[in-house]
Amino acid sequence: MAETFLDSTELVLNMGPQHPSTHGVLRVIVKLDGEKVLGTECVIGYLHRGVEKIAENRTYTMFAPYVDRIDYIAAVSNGLGYCLAVEKLLNVEAPARAQAIRVILTELNRIGSHLLWLGTHALDIGAITPLFYCMREREYTLDIFEKYCGARLTTHAFRIGGLQYETYEGFEKECLAFCDLFLPKVDEYEELLTGNRIWRKRLIDVGILNEADCKAFGVTGPMLRAAGCKWDIRKALPYCGYEKYDFEIPTRENGDTYDRYMVRMQEMRQSARIIRQAVEGLPAGPITAKVPKVIKPPVGEAYVSIEAPKGELGYYIVSDGTTQPYRCRVRPPSFVNLQALDKMARGSLVADLVAIIGTIDIVLGEVDR
Amino acid sequence: MRTILRKVFLVDLLQGMWVTFRTQHPKNIVTEQYPFERPKIAERYRGAPRLNVNPENGQTLCISCDLCALACPEALIVVGWERNPETKRKDLITFTFDTSRCMFCGLCEDACPVDALELTQDFELASYSREGAIFDRQILEEGIQPKKYVF
Ligand code: SF4
Ligand code: SF4
Repeated sequence: MAETFLDSTELVLNMGPQHPSTHGVLRVIVKLDGEKVLGTECVIGYLHRGVEKIAENRTYTMFAPYVDRIDYIAAVSNGLGYCLAVEKLLNVEAPARAQAIRVILTELNRIGSHLLWLGTHALDIGAITPLFYCMREREYTLDIFEKYCGARLTTHAFRIGGLQYETYEGFEKECLAFCDLFLPKVDEYEELLTGNRIWRKRLIDVGILNEADCKAFGVTGPMLRAAGCKWDIRKALPYCGYEKYDFEIPTRENGDTYDRYMVRMQEMRQSARIIRQAVEGLPAGPITAKVPKVIKPPVGEAYVSIEAPKGELGYYIVSDGTTQPYRCRVRPPSFVNLQALDKMARGSLVADLVAIIGTIDIVLGEVDR
Repeated sequence: MRTILRKVFLVDLLQGMWVTFRTQHPKNIVTEQYPFERPKIAERYRGAPRLNVNPENGQTLCISCDLCALACPEALIVVGWERNPETKRKDLITFTFDTSRCMFCGLCEDACPVDALELTQDFELASYSREGAIFDRQILEEGIQPKKYVF
């Protein structure tokens, strides 16, 4: 090729860690040919706090507040996964009432997490308004958390063996009112986005990840379902009595960014449906199972995975018979899902890269732990 | 034909604009004007710590049992006590609570057998220095007193 001054050269750029649309402190090294992305590499660890190591120096009860900080957008799901894993080690099961309240709170948290995702994702694409509306509705879920357990973000709502707090007065009414209020609001977001031609042009056929690739990367959650695989741990390996509730797993075929958007919108509706069923069938009874004051599980190991808003969240705990875990391993959905970034972004434009990072729904606290 | 007309008249954009327009009415404003409007804090909110005193005689309720200090994952509570030779009981001398490291998880509050330590609805914990975030017994009992700064 003859060299002229018009020849372009490949360019290696850093995107992040302070880039606003990398949703935290993700640094992506991108290799560019003009506007085209030739390859990406993620540099993570800016938010590493060593949560798994902290677990080894804390008792089982003491470690519970730390898991909220792994994925701070979905703190309740993290708390649930951890409590379920320790309960499995102890071989106890939370009473029916505690399980129903856990389901209500985790589903509210799923809605809150998806709303934050939708708002920021739309903001990345260039639609500013949905963010305000999403925040407005998310506030209701946060208010319920605040009234229930006293904190809005890092809730520490569940304890090993059940719950610490009984529901407050008017809890059921507020949850039902939220479901009623929320469903028309989802339609409102869809009115803003789904048919909008800029939104469609920016999302359709961008960042395609098919089912085989999803499985190869271990991608779970809405990303997997958007590629057409009907896999949801709430149905496949029910925990907390999810088998009792009637809900659907939304799926799509193409596995592009638009499909992932549609799947998450449907999931919010399904979550509202689960909340309604759980509130209406809320059983009476105790909220804690019999667990000793000092938690000392027998020697052994347990792995529990739950369906967090972002995908499969797993807790693997090894006990050596003392009051502190010997090892606590977290399987974070965002970290695994992020690995597919390069596959999706290769050959796309820089502007699409922003959309693709947004659609994975990462939270860096969880990627770096 | 219909799609062309929809495109020409920007139907999809107008649809979105209509949603925005609907929420223009002042009664739909949800933003809290914080310093002017106090937020409603839930009863169970876990905010600034307080060491409760007996309202009748002003004596502390704390029995210096040290359970809160043991329950805290961050080990940030230090209870200083001395055995009273007459009553054979522990007297509370100092009590420090380092809010700069606290994550307001509520484990200390749950551990206290006499409900002496409590996390209150007070949420304005900012201070001008790191030392200001360390609460001693006086602050814990009387609450945070706003400091006056003279410039
Ligand atoms: S709220 Fe939690 S971190 Fe703070 S002092 Fe109490 S136990 Fe420790
Ligand atoms: S647990 Fe309660 S009574 Fe015991 S030292 Fe702490 S504040 Fe005092």
